[in-house]
Amino acid sequence: MISTSGLLGYGFPEASLKAGLQRDPHLIGVDGGSTDPGPYYLGSGKTLNSRFAMKRDIALMLRGALAHRIPLVIGSCGGAGGAPHLATVVEIVRELAREEGHHFKMAVIQSELQKDTVLRFFEGGNMRPLRNAPDITAESIARATRVVGMMGPEPYMRALDNGAQVILGGRTSDPAPWAGAAIRAGLPPAPSWYAGKMLECGATPSLPKGHDCLIVTVRDDSVEAEPLNPIRRCTPLSVANHSLHENSSPCVHVEPGGILDTTDCVFEAVNDRAVRISGMSWRSMPYTVKLEGTELVGFRAMTICGTRDPMLIGRFDEFLDSVRKAVDEKVGGFGLTPDKYRLVFRVYGKSGVMGEMEPVKSINSHELGILVEALADTQEIANAVLAFARVSLLHTDFPGRLCREGNMAFPFSPSDVEMEPLYRFNIFHTVTPKDPCELFPIEYEVI
Amino acid sequence: MARIADIATVCKSKNAGPFELTIDIVFGSRELFEKVAATGVVNAKLFAKLYGISESEVLFTPYPAGNAFKATIPRRIPSGDVGDTDIYGAQQHAPLLDVDIPLPGNA
Repeated sequence: MISTSGLLGYGFPEASLKAGLQRDPHLIGVDGGSTDPGPYYLGSGKTLNSRFAMKRDIALMLRGALAHRIPLVIGSCGGAGGAPHLATVVEIVRELAREEGHHFKMAVIQSELQKDTVLRFFEGGNMRPLRNAPDITAESIARATRVVGMMGPEPYMRALDNGAQVILGGRTSDPAPWAGAAIRAGLPPAPSWYAGKMLECGATPSLPKGHDCLIVTVRDDSVEAEPLNPIRRCTPLSVANHSLHENSSPCVHVEPGGILDTTDCVFEAVNDRAVRISGMSWRSMPYTVKLEGTELVGFRAMTICGTRDPMLIGRFDEFLDSVRKAVDEKVGGFGLTPDKYRLVFRVYGKSGVMGEMEPVKSINSHELGILVEALADTQEIANAVLAFARVSLLHTDFPGRLCREGNMAFPFSPSDVEMEPLYRFNIFHTVTPKDPCELFPIEYEVI
Repeated sequence: MARIADIATVCKSKNAGPFELTIDIVFGSRELFEKVAATGVVNAKLFAKLYGISESEVLFTPYPAGNAFKATIPRRIPSGDVGDTDIYGAQQHAPLLDVDIPLPGNA
């Protein structure tokens, strides 16, 4: 099985895919999404990668799959895998088929859930928070702007059983499309899931790092991984360390229906570019599906400015306190109390990257950059608060001030920028459906 | 003494979902990994101290197969929520770099 890259739309060298197709693979796939870029994408329905980039990747994969009569599977389409994200990818595939005269049977697997469905799980006491997830209530479910379920391999297996050659899935456990294809071919779940774990990130298990293609062979007791670009190679250590990636444990990988345990894995070089992995095990567990949901928090505006004033830098925390006070007073002038908005300062050169976790308390920076963010229930209020914050940063006085003009450098005109709304993940829970396919309806289309 | 920045091959942080950060330290050989492990400096307590959290909040796993240590900790602010500074959790590893490992022969 081949994976073309770590994410649909990241791009990959065409030669790598060609080299892979010469090895007679049984499936081409790519993972399309993640929660990694934050809650905005699920909340808003926007895709992370551009339509151009996704279309380029799909065009090459589609031609390859059709020419070699093998399936093309894409999980977590459009990033977050909700209905609008999936629709964007479905439309790209239809467009390519029209433009290039392709014909095939397509399966589209939805993963966006009605809130009534989520509420039924909640009221039935059938919802468990994932570690550090927020508490859930009937109200927080009602507030959710969008909820997706994360499917396992079963809907992909069903779509393959029904003869689909192109399968576009909503939110999907990253390894599941490949794991499903291997399990369906009669291979045991442990190496099948391990193969999916390798393939979900494209050539990431190889060195040097880059967005590229990986081929994985699954056997009854082992998995073999090899990058398709001759400049890269998998080493036992590069493959072993892939188990560390974006997972809370390198040994325990929780998936729908079980746990992939990699504690006893053995990594052996097959040659200087391919690695064989054995010793993985699979423990079946009650079937759970993860739900991801977001809620709208508010509307935002931001501005960026900087200071080169040593007197100001020396007392910057104090200065920001007086800026806050000035903003609160001015905003109070149109009847808004401070609980109606949030003003967030990220001070680069001081604690912009780590915030309150920053252990370095004393700084020697000759300049500081300030990213100012205002958040409120409406865009109009956010804009108004930000405008006062800008003015107050320029003109608020401090002891020792020599620069009697506005005392802050703004690089842009206009300086104030309206942002997209802020969403947060408010559902990150598992449910136990009766059937692995229950929440994921499949529609077929002959193109 | 040897700083982690000077002896590790990889030291990185990343999201493990929107509510957790996972931090990895990888060494170039099993021998070095074993030596570092033997000092007992890299453990849940170290991460608790560096990140201002309690030891019970740290999920710490030594991973000899990868010559690595992994620690997963709760995010102070969930990814993308109000006040977050690092959506991907990609720049939260720096406090580890200066940690001194009392390797034998490096005194």
